[in-house]
Amino acid sequence: MRDPALIRMLPDGRRLHLHDGPIDLIIQADGSRENIAAAYEAAARRFVLILDELCSELPLLRSQVCKDSARPQGVTAQRMFRAVLPHAACCFITPMAAVAGSVAEEVLSAMTSATVLERAYVNNGGDIALHLGNAQGYTIGMVERPDRASLFGSLEICASNPVRGIATSGWRGRSFSLGIADAVSVLAETATAADAAATVIANAVDLPGHPAITRLPAREISPDSDLGDLLVTRDVGRLTLREISAALDSGARMAESLRNHGLIHSAALHLQRQTRVVHASTELFSSSCRAGLLRRGAPEIYSQLESTGRTTHA
Amino acid sequence: MTDVFPPDTVRCDACPVLCYIKRGHAGACDRYANVEGQLVRVDPHILLDRAKSQGTPLVPFLEREGDWDGKIMQGQDTFVTAIGAGTTYPDYKPAPFIVSSEVQGVDMVTVVTEGIFSYCGVKLKIDTDRHLGPERNFVRAQGEPVGHVTTAEYGSQMLSLGGVRHLTGGTKGEGRVTCETLLDLCNGKEVELTIDEGASIRVAAGQPPVVNGQREERMRVGCGSATIGMFAKQWFGKVDDVVVVDDHITGILSEHQAGKLLGVRETGIAIHGRRSTPGRYFQVAEPGTGWGGTNISDPLKILKPFKAKFAWPHLRLLMVSTTGEQYAYYELDDSLRPVEKELPESLKESVFRIRENCEPALTTVLFMGGAGGSLRAGVTENPVRLTESVKRRLTRVTCGGAPAYIWPGGGITFMVDVTRMPENAFGYVPTPALVAPIEFTLKKDDYALLGGHVNYVRPLGEVLAEKERQRQVTSLPHNPWPLKPFESGEES
Repeated sequence: MRDPALIRMLPDGRRLHLHDGPIDLIIQADGSRENIAAAYEAAARRFVLILDELCSELPLLRSQVCKDSARPQGVTAQRMFRAVLPHAACCFITPMAAVAGSVAEEVLSAMTSATVLERAYVNNGGDIALHLGNAQGYTIGMVERPDRASLFGSLEICASNPVRGIATSGWRGRSFSLGIADAVSVLAETATAADAAATVIANAVDLPGHPAITRLPAREISPDSDLGDLLVTRDVGRLTLREISAALDSGARMAESLRNHGLIHSAALHLQRQTRVVHASTELFSSSCRAGLLRRGAPEIYSQLESTGRTTHA
Repeated sequence: MTDVFPPDTVRCDACPVLCYIKRGHAGACDRYANVEGQLVRVDPHILLDRAKSQGTPLVPFLEREGDWDGKIMQGQDTFVTAIGAGTTYPDYKPAPFIVSSEVQGVDMVTVVTEGIFSYCGVKLKIDTDRHLGPERNFVRAQGEPVGHVTTAEYGSQMLSLGGVRHLTGGTKGEGRVTCETLLDLCNGKEVELTIDEGASIRVAAGQPPVVNGQREERMRVGCGSATIGMFAKQWFGKVDDVVVVDDHITGILSEHQAGKLLGVRETGIAIHGRRSTPGRYFQVAEPGTGWGGTNISDPLKILKPFKAKFAWPHLRLLMVSTTGEQYAYYELDDSLRPVEKELPESLKESVFRIRENCEPALTTVLFMGGAGGSLRAGVTENPVRLTESVKRRLTRVTCGGAPAYIWPGGGITFMVDVTRMPENAFGYVPTPALVAPIEFTLKKDDYALLGGHVNYVRPLGEVLAEKERQRQVTSLPHNPWPLKPFESGEES
């Protein structure tokens, strides 16, 4: 039986929680009281349609993308398609790699088209779309592993730098990964682009054939996975520092390449407590943001699944 | 999709994604799962995996009325622990949850918060007689100093790890590794430690320690001298002399008071080390990871030649360690040199009995922390009153529902056995500091008297109604019920 979509305010009275099937959004807007109300209403109205729209073309969205693939129809789906297309030449990818980011962006755009907001975010399980008015900013708490309450730092995004999307991918997350990264967090101009790139970089953090890594065909775990018979990571044993470094090197090369192609702004790669950061060139940061990545501060948004019932650790 | 799936695959119709879910797995939402072929709502999503990896039965979190009463703990009584409750730090504002409930006709309040402890550490008790390293030497993790060797206690070695000087007083790397080490130990994970000029150990709360790659099985039954006293009668008549090898006090049956009383004949045995009293010797060898916590692997190395005046050919000698894990049996040849022989049946039992009387060697991890300013401010507007209330035993302190020992003296400095807490109760922040749950339970009247945030008290039912992300765990059987009102003279 179809569960109705959940639309509610969280107990803090400030954040909107939208939930439908596998989609779970935490939204917060800042602005005048009326404008916030208008934005939340617009978000909810747009939200309740999205899952059905996506599901109507699910088989296509689960298919590998190549140059002459059929284009999907829905606006959310088209955004997914466009975001994964640049990666399709070099690796296996389906539009589903960008679904979370695209949904976040879609709802955010409904909000900002409806009204004027100082700033707003839509957090879709760690894939986050940001809206920043003039001179506005957000502090993002970076979570190292989704299964642990562990922050490794926080970063500031301000209006003057181009980042409006953050996404995290890794084998411990909700989606399957072909790689072994605990988490790869990516900053990009849009949440959809960040989502696709995080998937690709996390896949590239890998040690092919390493005996300590357990992999299973995706279909054996989830029969209708878009990854089909591709081997997805289920467990990673303890690696030596040298091995961790080699895997991170491989991911960092991918991240550098995506950055050179203008697909991402920066990325932080985590594997067994080691972190590699692929930075944007510093001039992209405004001077007030030059402190940049890995700065400590009180986070306003977390880079992973945000708790809906109460505050998270830290 | 036309693929044929195994018969125990279910198709979820909770949303238009219509996932096929295999047995034991969850759908794309992580909220619906296939449990034993049935579609079940699991909320929060970690529940399924946790239960599987622990082998405990799944508790289905069903949404239908009557199936689940929304309690974090099953049964009539529910106690809201601070695990995952969040924290007020660094703001001075009321704790995330201040919950009222009625217990045995008494209105109780539990203030539930997670504390950020930069003043914290763990005390490790490692049951071993092996020498782990000199007192005061650094204990290292990943090469960083995270603590030091402190006193040797009965059958065990104490290590003190963490503390503010390692967490925030050293280099950044030292702080980070210290924090990781404490976090892992508190969450029951195994940690590898090395001790300067000493051993390399692997330890986890409630598990036998592994010293230089060797798993400790048993604590010694007693020191070498005590072992002689305990087993002298069983040896008498079956063997002429016994040496119980122990790094602390090595015992010799024929010289020991227990042997004398039985009338054991002098054997002319001579041993290295420093004689304490008859039959009791200190420092027969260097400390190490060999026999009885010494550095020897060949026990004959601690013996000097037998005195010809007393010894005789065919004299029977048993050498055994204080855990019975090592033993050797010798008979003297005509030139009074010991020759190793197979242990006679008649002596096997005594060796096995030593082993049997040695308790399992474990590692104990006690978390120790101090509840500081902002944490206490989350409880009351006048933090010192909370300290007083705790000291007067009007307020009970628990950590994830586990009883905490409160140190006498100033402040609220407490210790808790991490194995009595629910799993993964600890987190961390990159300060670096540990995040630990802490609950203060007291009578509602007393709470008002100490200046508590009474306007923020919410009835238990209201908190439980927010089912999202609550996890139900069963109270551990040996823990006292944290909500029970204090009785006079009770130890907390």
